Amino acid sequence: MNSLRIPILKVGDVLIASIQVALHDASAVQFKDDLLQKIHDTKARGVIIDLTAIDVVDSFIGRMIADIAAMSGLMGARVVLTGLQPAVAITLVELGLELTGVLTALNLEKGLAMMQSQADQTEENSDATG
Amino acid sequence: MPQAKAAVIRSDLDIVIARTLARDTAKELGFGAIDQARIATAVSELARNIFLYAGTGSVTVRGIEQNARKGIEIVCEDQGPGIADIELAMRDGYTTSRGMGMGLPGAKRLMDEFVIETQQNVGTTITCRKWRAS
Ligand SMILES: Nc1ncnc2c1ncn2[C@@H]1O[C@H](COP(=O)(O)OP(=O)(O)OP(=O)(O)O)[C@@H](O)[C@H]1O
Ligand SMILES: [Mg+2]
Repeated sequence: MNSLRIPILKVGDVLIASIQVALHDASAVQFKDDLLQKIHDTKARGVIIDLTAIDVVDSFIGRMIADIAAMSGLMGARVVLTGLQPAVAITLVELGLELTGVLTALNLEKGLAMMQSQADQTEENSDATG
Repeated sequence: MPQAKAAVIRSDLDIVIARTLARDTAKELGFGAIDQARIATAVSELARNIFLYAGTGSVTVRGIEQNARKGIEIVCEDQGPGIADIELAMRDGYTTSRGMGMGLPGAKRLMDEFVIETQQNVGTTITCRKWRAS
């Protein structure tokens, strides 16, 4: 079956994926694979996943997000989730999925700013040591 | 009161259809945004369990009323293998499929009432309800 693809944009060394439709399981897995491949191909240092349009994150999608964050981290890219609706955040915690360790920002703009300030910090650190 | 509506679960696409049905019904019944998300998420978990463990089944959603309270009732039914040990299955982290073991206990936390009836090799029926804050 054809699962629909989530477009992944590249802006500088950051990838941005805005999820605009309800993800079924197969398209969620496809998205994870596409994103990790793209991190590899572009050597991106950061990934922003925008969930503004998503009104349900269940354990399957929640686990996928946690997996993406862990795997991206191994590949040297930091993940920031943006646009989490209040109802989604509350439901995730009540479900028992707190996504600890996954960075979040209120919206895309703040997510990009967060990415930038962390990149600056990393540079300062490497300046100090090197 | 809207009539009962059912979604057949046969594929992962039907999980999305079932939770959308639950959310739309909850909205129609006057539930707020956060309760709509709770109800849709619980249905997503239960529908996925049907798909994963029984293969096929159904999710039926309807409005209910009791002592002037209004609510939503969701019945998730399958003729699958049944759950051998309900107490174990309800434990956070217990899974037979390398999942997170979060679906059943999580869905219970998101709803107000949660009843499992199951018999091995006959099937599983989970009935859950949520009441509207008045
Ligand atoms: N409809 C069902 N029929 C048969 N067994 C079931 C059914 N629903 C749940 N189970 C059993 O109960 C266990 C716990 O279910 P639960 O949904 O809590 O966790 P999971 O599906 O294993 O993982 P997660 O939902 O976090 O991805 C399952 O692993 C499975 O063995
Ligand atoms: Mg489950």
